[in-house]
Amino acid sequence: MRITLKQSDFDSMYEYAMKERPDEACGLIAGIENEDGSRDIQKVYLLTNKDHTNEHFSIDPREQLKAVKDMRQNGLKPLGNWHSHPESPSRPSEEDKKLANDSSASYLILSLQEEGKPVLNAFHIETVDGEKTVRKEELVIGGANHGT
Amino acid sequence: MKITVGGEKKEVKENLTIAELIELEQVETPEYVTVSVNEEFIDKDAFQSHVLKEGDEVEFLYFMGGGAS
Repeated sequence: MRITLKQSDFDSMYEYAMKERPDEACGLIAGIENEDGSRDIQKVYLLTNKDHTNEHFSIDPREQLKAVKDMRQNGLKPLGNWHSHPESPSRPSEEDKKLANDSSASYLILSLQEEGKPVLNAFHIETVDGEKTVRKEELVIGGANHGT
Repeated sequence: MKITVGGEKKEVKENLTIAELIELEQVETPEYVTVSVNEEFIDKDAFQSHVLKEGDEVEFLYFMGGGAS
């Protein structure tokens, strides 16, 4: 599955994630789903990690509610969420997998592990036969493939 | 009576509880769902007893979280 993100939205996520270090940063993504199943992210929400740690994130439900209403008002579809890994790679942790309960969502993970070299990947996570399975999605940022 | 669920207007029976609405809406993984009624968050313990009223605006929000380890 192909998912696109504007360069300016990537820059905002990166800037916010750097500002929130050492805590994990998080937010939501919204946009449109095309007829071929590909997705265009048109808005990135930078929300509060109410856990305020570098090991966990929980999106503040009050901000989540506000974002969901904003999506509705702007005709955008909720496409998933994003969070940063300040000190680890851009891949879902065991906890990320355990708490990923929406098989229609894209899960974006921004790694800040290497100074000055952010890595963003998108994942699809679903439960198959009782096991969480992870599939990497094709992420295109500002017209260029990204991630590792 | 008429209520709004996730931005959509719906006709439901009188005295419907949140627990009944969760079942009616076939909410997946309800253990990870937070419910707001008219922008007030409802405690999970009150899902069985909270009765909805005409014109209520209900939102189901999936818990979104994770960790680095």
